[in-house]
Amino acid sequence: MRLSLNLKEKIFATILIMPCLIFVIVFAFYPIFFSFWLSLHRVIIGLPSINNVFVGIDNYLSLFQDKVALHAMLNTLIFVSISTFFEILFGLVIAIVIHKKFKGRGIIRASVLVPWAIPTVVSSQMWRFIFNDKYGVLNFIIYGTDIAKYKAWLAEPFYAFVAIIVADVWKTSSFAALLILAGLQNIPEELYDAAKIDGANAWQRFRKITLPLIKPSLLIALLFRSMDAFRVFDLVFVMTQGGPADATNVLQFYGYKKIFGEGFMGYGSTISVLVFIISFVIALIYIKTIRIKLFQNDK
Amino acid sequence: MTNKIKNILFYTLVFIVVFLSLFPFLWFLCTSLKTELEVTSIPPVILPSFSINFYLSAIKKHGLLNFLKNSFIVATTTTLITIIISILTGYALARLKIKRKGLILKGLLVVSMFPQISIAGPVWKILYSLGLLNNYIGLVIPYVTLTLPLGVWILSSFFSELPHELEASAKIDGCGYIQILFKIILPLSLPGVFTATILVFIYAWNEFFFALLIMTQKKYQTLPVGIALFQGEYTLPWGEIAAASTVATIPLVLLVLIFQQKIISGLSAGAIKG
Repeated sequence: MRLSLNLKEKIFATILIMPCLIFVIVFAFYPIFFSFWLSLHRVIIGLPSINNVFVGIDNYLSLFQDKVALHAMLNTLIFVSISTFFEILFGLVIAIVIHKKFKGRGIIRASVLVPWAIPTVVSSQMWRFIFNDKYGVLNFIIYGTDIAKYKAWLAEPFYAFVAIIVADVWKTSSFAALLILAGLQNIPEELYDAAKIDGANAWQRFRKITLPLIKPSLLIALLFRSMDAFRVFDLVFVMTQGGPADATNVLQFYGYKKIFGEGFMGYGSTISVLVFIISFVIALIYIKTIRIKLFQNDK
Repeated sequence: MTNKIKNILFYTLVFIVVFLSLFPFLWFLCTSLKTELEVTSIPPVILPSFSINFYLSAIKKHGLLNFLKNSFIVATTTTLITIIISILTGYALARLKIKRKGLILKGLLVVSMFPQISIAGPVWKILYSLGLLNNYIGLVIPYVTLTLPLGVWILSSFFSELPHELEASAKIDGCGYIQILFKIILPLSLPGVFTATILVFIYAWNEFFFALLIMTQKKYQTLPVGIALFQGEYTLPWGEIAAASTVATIPLVLLVLIFQQKIISGLSAGAIKG
């Protein structure tokens, strides 16, 4: 039997994408549904006898009465908004710097990328050391050799929270910068030349040309960063373990502690589902945004 | 404002940006080359005595080389598998007639945005029942799953930029799809393959969450897990942590220094062009 060329191509293409689909379906999509299933059951690691009892929405009801969980939710939202804000701000500054043509730009671009490339665990340890109460360089910068005044930054709720934001902003501003840079590169030079002839100063050129034209990339950087900040885990695990007194406890860390630290897989999965729904909504906005952008490019 | 003042201001800004970007890493690098006494001295010693004692003790007491070996095995295996699958998938999506192309690409994008915790419990359960905890394959499986979106997006966007006449003439010459992929498309897309390789490798080298869950025995732990769980007898061994961190970071810094351009283009392609 001879298959038509068209059909043959379709069958062949389907075979080619199979390995990818299998991985993604079995180890990403199926686990999402499994998490949802778990969140409706009582499942405790190491206690198989009482496992898999259907409890309906009981776990969710407990979640909304769990003060620590609500606190972690609030912490996560504050963390996401503050760190994303500064990442976009510094990202914009970095992008403008590395966009300009000058001697040695390659090496400058590479050094700006270093924080992005460093493993988060490593950058967390670096900042933990900088904030250290005894040997931290921050104490020395602020208080000199007056050891009596040295602060244990990570042991104070407010400063510990500031510390994880600083470490996150340091690590990821360069990624925001790259996304914004891509937008800057799309602005035709002639626009600036024309504005210069019309007598616009640097600030006016920035306000009237640069800012409006990089708005789409700013938006993408914003969504991308907020989604990533929402999953913050490594930083908290290494720098504060959620402490002091849950001041830096965030959703992903709390979920990890419930499921793998305490073994409450059913209850912990409600946090998994909650985190998933929130980031799924951000993802949908993101996909809509790039579709609009692609559409504009087609014109 | 004269040009000279403008230039001075600009280079000051460049200096500040570079200084802030590099300072924490350089400070740790410097710490790793100090002696025990220099690490704890106040005021801090700026120029270390370039001692390699912390490296030796990180190797002897903390198993640094073993972490390095595990990281290397997991990261290279992940990269290899992800890139091969991404080439096949990217080719099918970019160059062949296939149903629901948009849905598949969007689905992959959504996967890349999953918070780890949302799939962690079930993935752990699946790997547990397959006996793959504390096993390289057990860690490579989630890594491949989570890096496939990146690989497929970058490669399919590279493949789709090649002119369509390529296939037409190859088909007239009697080439099959496989031949077209390996003899025509792939050689022309090597820069894209290379970019995807670097990015996937960096992801697998740096990942911590799943490594922490899956590799509970020290024997199988990767560098990020080893570094996060470093324990001293009485106090934190900062010198050894700094030494291990430097070892984990140097390969990445080299990659960034050499392939800066490719990384920048790949990241913006993955995130924006898509």
